[in-house]
Amino acid sequence: MSIELRGATKRYGSLTAVDAIDLDIEDGQVLCLLGPSGCGKTTTLRMIAGLERCDEGDIRIGGRRVNDLAARERDVAMSFQFYALYPSLTVAENLVFPLHAEGLSRAEIETKLAAVAQVLQLEPILERKPGQLAEGEKQRVAVGRSIIRDPTCFLFDEPLSRLDVQLRETMRGEIKEVLQGLSRPTVIVTHDQLEALTMADRIAVMRDGRIEQVDTPATVFGRPANLFVAGFIGTPQMNLLPAVLDGPGEGGRGTFRIEGGQSLSLDIGAGLAELPSGAEVVLGIRPRNLEILSEAAADSLSSTIDLIEPMGAETLAHLNDGEHDIRVVTDWRTSLAEGERVHARFPPGSTHVFHGERLLGSAGEGRA
Amino acid sequence: MARRFDIGTAGWGRSALAFVVGLVYFFPVLWIILTAFKTRPDALAIPPKLFFTPTLDNFRSVFFRTSSSGDSSQATDFVLYFFNSIFIAGTAVLLAVIIGTLAAYAFSRHPLRGNDTYLFIILTTRMMPPIIVIIPIFLMFRVTGLAGGYWGILLLYTAFNIPFSIWLVKSFFDELNPEIEDAARMNGASDWRVFFGVCIPQILAGLAATFVFGLILTWNEFLFALLLTGVETRTVPVAMARTLGGEVGADYGLLAAIVTLFLIPIFFVTFLLQNQLLRGVTFGTVKK
Repeated sequence: MSIELRGATKRYGSLTAVDAIDLDIEDGQVLCLLGPSGCGKTTTLRMIAGLERCDEGDIRIGGRRVNDLAARERDVAMSFQFYALYPSLTVAENLVFPLHAEGLSRAEIETKLAAVAQVLQLEPILERKPGQLAEGEKQRVAVGRSIIRDPTCFLFDEPLSRLDVQLRETMRGEIKEVLQGLSRPTVIVTHDQLEALTMADRIAVMRDGRIEQVDTPATVFGRPANLFVAGFIGTPQMNLLPAVLDGPGEGGRGTFRIEGGQSLSLDIGAGLAELPSGAEVVLGIRPRNLEILSEAAADSLSSTIDLIEPMGAETLAHLNDGEHDIRVVTDWRTSLAEGERVHARFPPGSTHVFHGERLLGSAGEGRA
Repeated sequence: MARRFDIGTAGWGRSALAFVVGLVYFFPVLWIILTAFKTRPDALAIPPKLFFTPTLDNFRSVFFRTSSSGDSSQATDFVLYFFNSIFIAGTAVLLAVIIGTLAAYAFSRHPLRGNDTYLFIILTTRMMPPIIVIIPIFLMFRVTGLAGGYWGILLLYTAFNIPFSIWLVKSFFDELNPEIEDAARMNGASDWRVFFGVCIPQILAGLAATFVFGLILTWNEFLFALLLTGVETRTVPVAMARTLGGEVGADYGLLAAIVTLFLIPIFFVTFLLQNQLLRGVTFGTVKK
């Protein structure tokens, strides 16, 4: 079983919500559609489900073209953001609702109900109505309702967005465990990168109806394909500094002139050798990769500490080199003071170089 | 968990105020009910009598007419009139709610080009005073032979209740979370099952409220009933008006007795559906 999208497009009037996207989700694989709100991720999910028509392109589920099949004929299970439990039915009735269309015997229905209730620990609340449930219980019922059948694939729309932080962590684990047991292609829509990074086998980052990058969580984080992905994934956000290359020097080193007059001499690897001198690039470095020095070095920027935000185990410091806000995360024990003059070092192998929006080289591969 | 409010939380002062306001509203009804149990001199007494010896004579004379010559009593047709009122109003409003619900679902879920215009046109039929359309309707009913029979008045009352039903029920459908219907479709439910199994159960309270409001309006209708019902299909408001102007002037005790009896079915229905009604009228005011 697999899900395949080829040039799938959805338009609302003059607005193109989903713009010719290609996706492949293989059996047992979990794909997260990640992006800011309004990027078309939910529309993509609803197109796979059959709740939105696909204006152009093809959608195949298990090799079968499903463009012209109604939602109920696609054999797909979907769980919704607001759970969409039937308020007039009990939990048990909600859970077995999808089985009515299957023509099963009463005993078979009972067996499946008992199995799902046991997996999701729903036994004590089977006779309650959705109105009497806590958020976490509603979520479990919604998940239970989608897994009670044995559909060809699973779709989840913002499965954790309505839960509080603690519950979210627990449920994330539970859902991941359930999904692993199912081994079906699964698509999860989320705007929360932590959710995507923890649950997904692959992440598709979307913006304005297009897919910016599809890859494993490690690659999306460690080798962002372009500036949007670089800025979107990771908190605090990656530092992105516009710079001009002063010609590659010997030994794979390059000197970059940063706006404001300072220069950085960085090990940029062989991959960047073809960059012409004077090329305008953007240097990206994650706040956790910067090192704070008290002495200036060839690969450091001198700057002033503007603001310090303690975050518990770590401290977030905002540096200012006169032009840019540079975010640095240090261990909480590092003593820093606002107004202090420090040097932010770009350690070897942790700087990404973007040229014309795209990633040219990521010296930090494998070290993210 | 919902907070619980026990009786008496508001305190004595507010309870007393609420009681007084309630009494002001209820007083005319109370007076009519009291009058129904009074003899003719008691009913007309000035100053009005609050304490009197109750009698059931008025209720008896609703159903049995005593001829002035002797003591042989003869049944009146009020049993039929009550049946007519209940049957006509109940059937017409039920039909209107059913048709209105189907139309409302279509208007809410499958909007047409110019949906709002259609809804507005439907509403305009209730904007003009009924007196304007009574002559054309009367003439049409005469020509088609609908005047005087059950079919005619049922048709008219149903048509009268449909706009109101569509608007009210549509607002209930609009309030529902469309994800629930999507979920049902994903779960293999047909369009029929989505409508009857998923949507309707969620708006039952609203449907009950729509039914009762329509019932009250139709129950009290006089003008069309006067012109379009015949001897066999006469409703209580028309029959009541015809008891006026006998040889002895208005018999207030008799009228009060009819009104009292006339109140009972509506009171009964409202009482039965009161929980649903309360949820129905507050539908949508509390967000999920």
